[in-house]
Amino acid sequence: MKDLLSFLITPAEAAQQHGPHDRIVMSSRVRLARNLRAASFPGWAKKPERVRILETVQPAVSSLPEMADSFAEAMDNFTALDKQILVERHLISREHAAKNVGSGLVLNRAETFSVMINEEDHLRMQALRPGFQIREAWTALDRMDSALEKKLEYAFDNELGYLTACPTNLGTGIRVSAMLHLPGLVLSEQINPIIQSVNKLGLAVRGLYGEGTEALGNVFQVSNQMTLGESETVIVERLEKVVSQIIEHEENARAKLLEQKPKVVFNHIGRAYGVLANAHSISSKETMNLLSLLRLGVDLNLFPNTNRALVDELFLTTQPAHLQKQQSDKLSAEERDLIRADMVREQLKNVARPVTK
Amino acid sequence: MQCCVCKEKPATVHLTQIVGEKMQKLDLCEDCAKVKGINDPTSFAMADLMLGLGASQELDSSAAGSEVKCPRCGFSQADFKKSGRLGCPECYQTFAEGLAGLLKTMHKGTRHIGKAPEALRQSRDHLDRLKTLQKKLAKAIDTEAFETAAQLRDEIKALTAPVSPAKVAP
Repeated sequence: MKDLLSFLITPAEAAQQHGPHDRIVMSSRVRLARNLRAASFPGWAKKPERVRILETVQPAVSSLPEMADSFAEAMDNFTALDKQILVERHLISREHAAKNVGSGLVLNRAETFSVMINEEDHLRMQALRPGFQIREAWTALDRMDSALEKKLEYAFDNELGYLTACPTNLGTGIRVSAMLHLPGLVLSEQINPIIQSVNKLGLAVRGLYGEGTEALGNVFQVSNQMTLGESETVIVERLEKVVSQIIEHEENARAKLLEQKPKVVFNHIGRAYGVLANAHSISSKETMNLLSLLRLGVDLNLFPNTNRALVDELFLTTQPAHLQKQQSDKLSAEERDLIRADMVREQLKNVARPVTK
Repeated sequence: MQCCVCKEKPATVHLTQIVGEKMQKLDLCEDCAKVKGINDPTSFAMADLMLGLGASQELDSSAAGSEVKCPRCGFSQADFKKSGRLGCPECYQTFAEGLAGLLKTMHKGTRHIGKAPEALRQSRDHLDRLKTLQKKLAKAIDTEAFETAAQLRDEIKALTAPVSPAKVAP
């Protein structure tokens, strides 16, 4: 197979991608779940049926104009490490990384479309955009889905809509989500009430890697939960509205913190800088949490000559699989912590101490 | 007792919630309880929370006794209870009765609104229109508005006529 890493955009390039409000909204994503009418769902289908489905679906997806320049591969052809890299880039789910024979992936070169074949459903297609571009992502994915429905016969019911393996995705099969960096709300201890009120609107708040993960690095994913009984447009618009409000709350929290508790803010950011710039061993969890504070420092102009992209690149390159991929020998967790610290120190070599006047 | 979410660790958090006249019980390990945000039991509805899990009980009670299997894929309720997922698209027909209540607790509505494959869109619109007219007709008869009823009856007739329903005037 083609080399995955030479196909993927580099972490430096990824960190350079910009979108509206990317100070707070790191990325936007829309996912659609679709299934073929005359086949068992992947979790119930036996291996030969799954292989047959993959052989039907993969060429159909690859032939889409959006996928003109794409990477298409069966999951059993990926090494465990490459799968983990794809998870760290948010291009596949953790569940999909566990798949092998009979599952596949089609990914376009710009990494704006990723289609998982035989994850929980026959098709899980996603459109990804940097920054706050939920509507753009939906428009693009809607178009792709409309083209694909002419090539594949979807399972659709007049009453229930698109039929999915899990009843929670029934109807539109849509999941709209935004990845938000919210250090201000966390530091000012407003995050829990915000999460609760977002939950009350029927939206879920999750950690960095989706379902059941913790909010490392103050990164939260907000997404819709209900998929039946409301149109895609209504769901997209609600999420847009809620995310806009969260952006406002986060901006206010940052301004208020600076005004009322500047020492607290400077202390957090200064210590984060101190540890990152000087540590000789650091776990990925600690790195993420400190990088989040560094990112906040950049946003608050405490590092006038530093670009946010430098922090965002580290966010990616310090993750376990990305770190391992740069080394030829298999590293233990302890060895990774040493190399991670070396890398971070090297990257921050030219970043001056935070300016706190 | 095992945690009913991860099915790995022992359950130490036990929850009982009464919704209407039904009692739901959950046994979770500490980690899963935390993940699901269960430290304040008053702040969440278990039905929304557990999705697939509460679901299985619903399916059980609706078809107690006889073990129904999907004629296309052989999937049973017991399988649903285990995984929270269905076997194939046709399972939605097979288990329709048990799923109805579950979908109500899980979603905004029980009827799909939104996108449909283009090939099916026309027939869907057609069906929608027919349903509205039938409702209006029933109401017209109830209120003894027979003139309107006759008109509606004709419209329905035209709509259900096998020849080219597209020609029907609005």
